[in-house]
Amino acid sequence: MSGKITFTIDGKEIEARQGQTILEAAEDAGIYIPKLCQMKGLVPHGSCRVCTVMVNGRPQAACTQPATDGMVVENDTPELKGMRRDIIDMLFVEGNHFCMFCDKSGNCELQAIAYRLGICAPKFPYLFPNRDLDASHPDIFIDRNRCVLCGRCVEASRDIDGKCVFEFVGRGPHKKIAVNAEAKLVDTDIDITDKAVNVCPVGAIIKKRVGYAVPIGERLYDKEPIGSDVENNKK
Amino acid sequence: MTENPAKTIKKICLEHGNDKARLMDIAIDVQKELGYISKEAMKEIAAATGSHFVEVESLVTFYSFLTERPKGRIIIRLCNDIVDKMQGVDAVADAFTEELGMGFGQTSRDGLITLEYTPCIGMCDQAPAALINDEVFTHLSSDKARAIVKELKKHKDPAKISKKLGDGNNAHELVKSMVNNGIRKKGPVIFGEYEPGTGLKKALSMSPIEVIREIKAARLRGRGGAGFPTGMKWEFTRAADGEKRFTICNADEGEPGTFKDRVILTEKYDLLFEGMTIGGYAIGAEEGILYLRGEYAYLKKLLEKMIEERRKKGLLGKDVMGKKGFTFDIRVQLGAGAYVCGEETALISSCEGLRGDPKTRPPFPAQKGYMGYPTSVNNVETFCCVARIMEKGAAWFAEIGSKGSPSTKLLSVSGDCAGPGVYEFPFGVKVKDLLKAVGAEDAKAVLVGGPSGTLIGPGEYERTVCYDDLGTGGAVVVFGPERDLLQLVSYYMEFFIEESCGYCTPCRVGNVLLKERLDRIIAGKGEPEDLDYLESLGKTVKISSRCGLGQTSPNPILTTLKNFRADYESRVKKNEDGMQPSFDIKKALGDAQDITGRESVIF
Repeated sequence: MSGKITFTIDGKEIEARQGQTILEAAEDAGIYIPKLCQMKGLVPHGSCRVCTVMVNGRPQAACTQPATDGMVVENDTPELKGMRRDIIDMLFVEGNHFCMFCDKSGNCELQAIAYRLGICAPKFPYLFPNRDLDASHPDIFIDRNRCVLCGRCVEASRDIDGKCVFEFVGRGPHKKIAVNAEAKLVDTDIDITDKAVNVCPVGAIIKKRVGYAVPIGERLYDKEPIGSDVENNKK
Repeated sequence: MTENPAKTIKKICLEHGNDKARLMDIAIDVQKELGYISKEAMKEIAAATGSHFVEVESLVTFYSFLTERPKGRIIIRLCNDIVDKMQGVDAVADAFTEELGMGFGQTSRDGLITLEYTPCIGMCDQAPAALINDEVFTHLSSDKARAIVKELKKHKDPAKISKKLGDGNNAHELVKSMVNNGIRKKGPVIFGEYEPGTGLKKALSMSPIEVIREIKAARLRGRGGAGFPTGMKWEFTRAADGEKRFTICNADEGEPGTFKDRVILTEKYDLLFEGMTIGGYAIGAEEGILYLRGEYAYLKKLLEKMIEERRKKGLLGKDVMGKKGFTFDIRVQLGAGAYVCGEETALISSCEGLRGDPKTRPPFPAQKGYMGYPTSVNNVETFCCVARIMEKGAAWFAEIGSKGSPSTKLLSVSGDCAGPGVYEFPFGVKVKDLLKAVGAEDAKAVLVGGPSGTLIGPGEYERTVCYDDLGTGGAVVVFGPERDLLQLVSYYMEFFIEESCGYCTPCRVGNVLLKERLDRIIAGKGEPEDLDYLESLGKTVKISSRCGLGQTSPNPILTTLKNFRADYESRVKKNEDGMQPSFDIKKALGDAQDITGRESVIF
């Protein structure tokens, strides 16, 4: 096996290494496939479905699907953009997201993808769920209103921190993130330096007292839209 | 109830080898002993099995039959599937609530009885039905419901409620259930006579490769609904790298309206176990797992006894039938109420002691399945076909049925028909002929393949049941002329919302949104644009969902929009004032009017 694979994304031929996912190969080639739950260094979760692409005419999550030789991938099509907008809309209406006073605003991946996809307001009706806050820990705050159930914190805690601070409980619309304690985050062995505290794409897990350290207007996605780093092929 | 819960939990964990992978069994047993799984119990279980508290909580909160809050010693789970509704379950529900003096979701003050609803329990042919703990009660009426409650209050034991036992093995001393098999039409493949050992003996006289070749020659495709070629699945599993391999039987028939596996498990278990053993031989597995849905727990003792019998006869265990080096055994893994576990990777998760989340594919189970080993998951009926193919040969098998779909298919028929029950038809049977056979020629609509399948109307009754046309795992639900199809669609959407595992966004949220808009239309507040909205959103959910549940859950809406569009169009209207019909201006102004103390000038 040579280890080299070639396939096309929207007609453009790209090269990949054996074992790479479509998403990884695309990013190496400077092609941005919108994504939310996936994060470099973590096992792909495949739960948000934002990175869904058509592979030889069939839908697959780019973050979990291995690249194979000769596959034909569609990414930037009106249908897929519409589908992604629907999914981002769903995540907005499913939770309670108040971007204007969330201290993650400007650094939030959900918000940034919404802007990149041109969403000004969700087309779906808000579901207004009742969700818990957990401010028990001296350094870390959980606001489940903003949780998109991406699973990053679950994996980071388990696979990188070697703990099991987070896990999902319940199912269907009742699914939510829980902590490894009978009640509160303060009763777990989480530490401010844990990877799990630093991976949340939205403002669901945040460090206390650092929220507005970077002024609005100077935050990550204030300057360039999400995905620019990929398209500029910075690594 | 036990006096020392901690001691009881430790004992249960030890009985299961303190094995984290047996968390399902542990949780089920703890609940049986203690009535519920408290936070303290979760801590105990986590400590004994070396898992984390939140992992145990994650599992317990996933399955409907497991509970973290105290419930009654007796749990009445009344099935409120659409077929039960059609057969008058609402009157039964009223009788239960009146007699118990409490509503659904509540527990009696003395802590004795909890009353709940549950989706399809596989008894659609004898609806309305209920589970009381593990006991099944069929053909319920309000009088029977009252009598049951009276008896329960008297002796507090669901097993002692007087009832007429069902036919066949339902009357077996290890089952003692009032369920009837309801076999209406016997065919040669599943319901033909079978002498245990014949198919297996033949298989063991061949090499595993030859067995797989024979299954491929018979062109056997999976009977669970997806229709993947069985021989090919076995070939992949056999060829995959792994120190061991597993064969799993999917007996989690959760698709509403399906109950054919129930009958096989009750009457044709020899054919099934034999098929599993042949499967094990073919792929090179030493262990087989029969994943039995929690609703069929009443059959567990019988099945375990029959496995034991087969061990005694040398049909399971070391050197099966004297074949040196071929060791194979079967264990029963009980589920705990989760439709999604019928999806093969979710089923594997459940067998591993995890919540029933489907796994990411690839890798497929054939490469990395149960505990990371190559695993083949096949349907109950598929295994029966395997044993029969070995006994009678591929040519015999392939000759029955239609060109593209060999052999027969068990169909579970229920709803508005004269003869609900199980029918073994050759593939290729026309819906028209099927309806004639079951006594439902005036049907307004037929749901083939359950809610995740297709709903068709009279214009399509010439279509055939087979893999190339109307594929099905076995459910056929008939709807008579007076039924409101939109209500039925709404019910099924509710079902999918409840049964979604919640792992991926489109399925977790999309189904809720689909139902919201559908209910708006049913309430007379829909507008013509809502039909496009449903179609577009339905498509998003289908395309982007992670597993078969979300990939098919919009089907009730999408197939009715296609085949019964008039039912929708007659209920939507453009609002003349230009506002959305769902917007009630008077209500919106209500608070303001109360505060100002005067009516709006304009509205």
